[in-house]
Parts: sequence; structure tokens; C-alpha cells
Amino acid sequence: MSEARANILARLRAAPRLQPPERPQWQAPGFNDRLDRFRVMIEAVHGEVHLVSADTWRAHLRKVLAEKNVARVLAAPHLGLDWDDMVAYDAPVEDFKDQLVSGIDAAVTTTRGAIAETGSLVVVPDMDEPRLASLLPPIHVALLNAGDIADNLAQIMEKQGWAAAMPTNLLLISGPSKTADIEQTLAYGVHGPKELIVLVLQ
Amino acid sequence: MTSDFSTRAHDALNNPQLRANFRRAMDGLMTKRAAQFEDKDNWHALRARGAAIKARALARLPDLLEEFEQKAIANGINVHWAETTADANRIVLEILTAHGAKKVIKGKSMVSEEMHLNAHLEAHGIKAVESDLGEYIIQLAGEAPSHIVMPCIHKNKGEIAQLFTDNIENQPYTEDVDALTAAARQVLRREFASADAGLSGANFLVAETGSLVLIENEGNGRLSTTLPPLHIAVAGIEKLVEKLDDVAPLLALLPRSATGQAITTYVNMISSPRKAGEKDGPRQVHLVLLDNGRSRVYADEQLRDTLRCIRCGACMNHCPVYSRVGGHTYGSVYPGPIGKILTPQLAGLDCAGDLPHASTLCNACVEVCPVQIPIADILVRLRTEAAEPSTSPAVKGAGSGHSAVESAVWKGWQAMYAHPAAYKVGTKALSVVGNLIPAAAPLLKQWTSVRSKPKFAAKTLHELAREKGYDHE
Ligand code: SF4
Repeated sequence: MSEARANILARLRAAPRLQPPERPQWQAPGFNDRLDRFRVMIEAVHGEVHLVSADTWRAHLRKVLAEKNVARVLAAPHLGLDWDDMVAYDAPVEDFKDQLVSGIDAAVTTTRGAIAETGSLVVVPDMDEPRLASLLPPIHVALLNAGDIADNLAQIMEKQGWAAAMPTNLLLISGPSKTADIEQTLAYGVHGPKELIVLVLQ
Repeated sequence: MTSDFSTRAHDALNNPQLRANFRRAMDGLMTKRAAQFEDKDNWHALRARGAAIKARALARLPDLLEEFEQKAIANGINVHWAETTADANRIVLEILTAHGAKKVIKGKSMVSEEMHLNAHLEAHGIKAVESDLGEYIIQLAGEAPSHIVMPCIHKNKGEIAQLFTDNIENQPYTEDVDALTAAARQVLRREFASADAGLSGANFLVAETGSLVLIENEGNGRLSTTLPPLHIAVAGIEKLVEKLDDVAPLLALLPRSATGQAITTYVNMISSPRKAGEKDGPRQVHLVLLDNGRSRVYADEQLRDTLRCIRCGACMNHCPVYSRVGGHTYGSVYPGPIGKILTPQLAGLDCAGDLPHASTLCNACVEVCPVQIPIADILVRLRTEAAEPSTSPAVKGAGSGHSAVESAVWKGWQAMYAHPAAYKVGTKALSVVGNLIPAAAPLLKQWTSVRSKPKFAAKTLHELAREKGYDHE
């Protein structure tokens, strides 16, 4: 390939070879009540958590969305949500951009699990729930199965075998978008959602 | 890059507003970080792990770069190599030109600052818009970042409110942080939607999977790497880690050290461009690997430790010098303790030789560094390298700070301490004539301009000891 590549690698290879050190023991924490820890952590960063049952979540969500005066909702059809003004992200972003950037009030997505230690959702966008769904609308509603909460990042990576099959994009989401760039004062929704609502399905 | 640290430090110290802005910010950051690492045993185990992961990756760096490249290419990512910042700028410009791109939206990237990429693109008719709120603010002000994590930490609300009123159409003056943030969101949404390309850095590159890992709170990094049809990332060659699970302990260190957060709002792992059937994401992803002196630094076993840095900024937050003089005083892209060791190594001691002296060697940075970089030892090493020509090919500009007078003084000092007779005569002579030397004498003048000249005692310590009856000194 390029000359630059050859030169850089040659310089690195000409340097003294040091024995790579072993990784010393370190254990990320575990929790007796993972749901409780998850909830405490994500609420501390302005996330909203609702505990719901697997068959009543749709009704509950309708109530929450109505309370927040949401009009248009983005959700994949397979979620079976019943809402008047509902759109699916079923066209390439090039044809959907205007709507996505300013025409949607809330998006609903699934998650692959969550991390108790840091209060993080694991989100893997796919064809039905593309990457920008959890980012552009001002409210993001995430569905989480209570049984999919792991203790920590190392554990969930291992359990779900991430390294063997990394998707195009894998996200950890811990709270709504925020900034503290102006005098270390927290402000939410600077670029992404202003609100993150997690429905934990039990 | 020329640097005159002391002149700028003098100005900064006389700017009460600047000092207040930094003091408030640094106090807050130190308190928040301390709360994250209350369990000392865990902190020690965790940072030992973090340091070993980075040291391990460095020991295997050439192999890992090749492994990463192979995996990334297999995933559909284009990998480019740049020896200098000029090369990197050329590569980025070529990619943009090939796509007919006129506007680039940028996530926060210190390497792009190192490249002075924005200026390069502007010079070729391409608009680069910073989208991290802090970076956006300093871009409006036409300034450089003063901190590697919080670029506009030197500015207060009033200054920012004024900037927004002056630069954003129909923006009334307000110091309300929510209103200011909302105004920036509106302006930048439009920029995102119309950008032809997104540019970002990377916090980690994972050799095992060919993935880029980016962390951030705002979501502008995700937008920059997802919404435009083209994504270009720039990263130093030292960003490699071996395994995906190496990312876990490093993520447990980085945000907690940087801002005292358990984790950033977003951890964005990118492994490929948009695949068939996927509805968004860039159609092409390019990664430019930048050397810019890193492989030279790598040649020296001690200096190589500098490359472990994960750019958390904790060393500057805890630095008694940085927190008083601020980031711009360093005159370099990377300020504070890490800047004091990195800049003179990348640019050369002949360009930034005064930076290693901008330290009291108090060791605060070493105590908080999550990857255990021996910053103080490296500072001392660089001071030595600046004074005498070096045998190490890793150091650029060694010997550039050589002073014949200084060297003679130290040789005299050495001789005096090596010979008891000379020591006796020397100390006696100083006790007699020392107080007659005026504080403004040529060699003393600079030193005594900010300190009072010490008074020499009438009798030497030896004489006093002997009077007390001690025979053997
Ligand atoms: S030198 Fe250490 S403390 Fe400073 S930015 Fe780098 S990793 Fe953080």
C-alpha cells in the first residue's frame, strides 16, 4: 500500500521490542438487584423509568405519550403500537431526512439489554430501527426486558458475544443528550433527545 | 509553533476573570472525579489494568495496526496512513473533493486540531462547522480550545451570550443556559441536515474487530458519524487496543477521570459503513491514521509511555499551573501536563522547549493519571534532553536549550561538591561576599525579579557544627 504505511510500520518495528505486560486482575462490580441499580443510575442522569408488564406496556405508553402532548410517533410496525399519527422509518434517510430532523415528536425503539453498573442501554440499530431513530426526535422511548440487565459492560459483551459479530453500529445510551459546556451548567437535549423514557418490561 | 510561555503566563495571571473561570471549573471537576474513585483499592486495580492494556497495545503496536487495518477493510472501512499532519490534511481534502463536498460537520476531535484541519479546508473552499457546543462557541470566537475535554472552559455565560447575539440571526441577549443551548441546537440541526460529510476523531480503535469507539455526551458525534453520506475519522496511531473487552476497563476510567461521570451519555461503536438494506449511516467510512512524530517517540522506552494517554484531561484539572494560567498560555493544541510532555516531543524541543519547565514537579498529575504515565519523570528527562545533545533518536531538538553559562555553573557546582577542600573554600567565600552581590547582578536578576535574594549566614554550617563540638561533619 502507501509509502506512509510502510515508513510508519518500519519505524515502529525498528524500535526496541518490549515484552507485552499481562493484564492485572480487575473485577467490575456485580449487583444483587440489577434493576434497582440500573434505575438509580439512569435516573441520576435524567432518564425516566417506568416498570410495566409485557402485556400492558402499549396502553401505558399511549398514556405517557398523551401526557407529553406527543403528536407524531416513529415506531417499527412489528411493535404493534396503536397510535393515530404513527410513521415507520422504512425509507432511506435521504428520502426521510426532513421529517426525521424536525417532524417527529417521539421515537420508540427496542434495546438489546442494559448495564446495571452505569445505567446504560445497549442499542443495536437495524433495518427496522435505524440509527437516527434514537437520536433525532426530541423524545426517545426505549423498551427493555428486565431479564436483559447485566451487571457491567464486560459481562454483557461476553454474554452476548459482541466481539464475534460487531454490527454496523452498537450504542450504549445513558440518559438523554446533554452538555455542560457553558459554565459546567447541565442542559439537556443539546443535539439528541431531551427526554429518555425507559419502559422496563417485567 | 513558537511558544513563549512566561509572557503569556504573566498576562493570564493578571486576568482575574480568566482565573475565576478556571478556578471554578477545576474545583468542580476535581470534586466530581474524587467522588467516582472513593474506593481506593478498586481505583488502584482499575488503573493498573488500564495502564497495562495501553502498554500491551503499544508493545504490539505495529502488529495491531496491521490487524486493525485488515479487519476494518474487511468491514468496508477505508484506511489511510499519514506520516505528517500535512499528509493527513491532503488525504482528507482528497476524499472530500472526490465527493464534491462543500460542507463538513465536525464532532470533537483533538487530532483535527493538531492538523489545523479547519484552516486547511477553508483555504480550499470547504466549510468546516464545529458541532460540539464548546467547539462551536470557540469557533464563533475564532479561538483555539483551552482544554482537551471542555474546549470553552475559559469563557463565562456573559461572553457566550454576547457571541450568540453577535453571530446568530435574531438571537436576543440571554444568559439562560437552556436558551443558549436551544439556540445552538437549532442552528446546528440545519448544518447537520445540509452537510456533505461528517468528521470525527476516535477514542479507541479495536484491532480484534476493526471498530472505532467514540464517546460523547451531546449526540453531535453520533450525528456527524451517521447523518451525512460520508464519514471521515482521524486518529493517532496510538489509539489501538487489542481486544474489544479492553474497552470495558478503559471506559470505566476515561469519563470518570475526565468529568466525574460514571459513563458518557453515548458510547458509539462503529464497525462499518451502511450495509445493504440499512436505511441510514454513511455510505463510506474513511479512517486516517496519523503518525506526526508518534513513531519517533515510540523508539524510546521511557518516552513511549507518553503514548498511553487516553486524553481524559485529569492531569490538567489537577495541575496547579494549568488551573492558574489556563490552556491558551501553553500555545499548543495540547495544554497542561500532557501537553508539556507531548508537544515538545511531537513538535521538537527546539520549538516548545520552555514547556517542560512550566511545572513544579508536584506530581499531582501522576497521581490522577488513569493510565499511570510518569509525567514528572518525563518532564525531567525532557529538561535534561534540552540542555545537552542527546544520543536518543526519539528526541527532536535535543540540546536546543543548551546554555554555556548554565552548563559551566553546574560543572563548577559538581566540582565543588566532589572536592571537600573546594567545598570548604567555596562556602566560606560565599558567606563572606554573598551578601555583597546585588540582587540585580546579571545572572541573578531574572531569578530575583520574583523572589527575594536569600541572606547568607555569617558562619557556614560546618563552622557552626564544629563550634557545637561535632568533629565529623
Ligand atoms: S496524561 Fe493521563 S491524566 Fe493526562 S490526559 Fe492523558 S491519560 Fe489523562
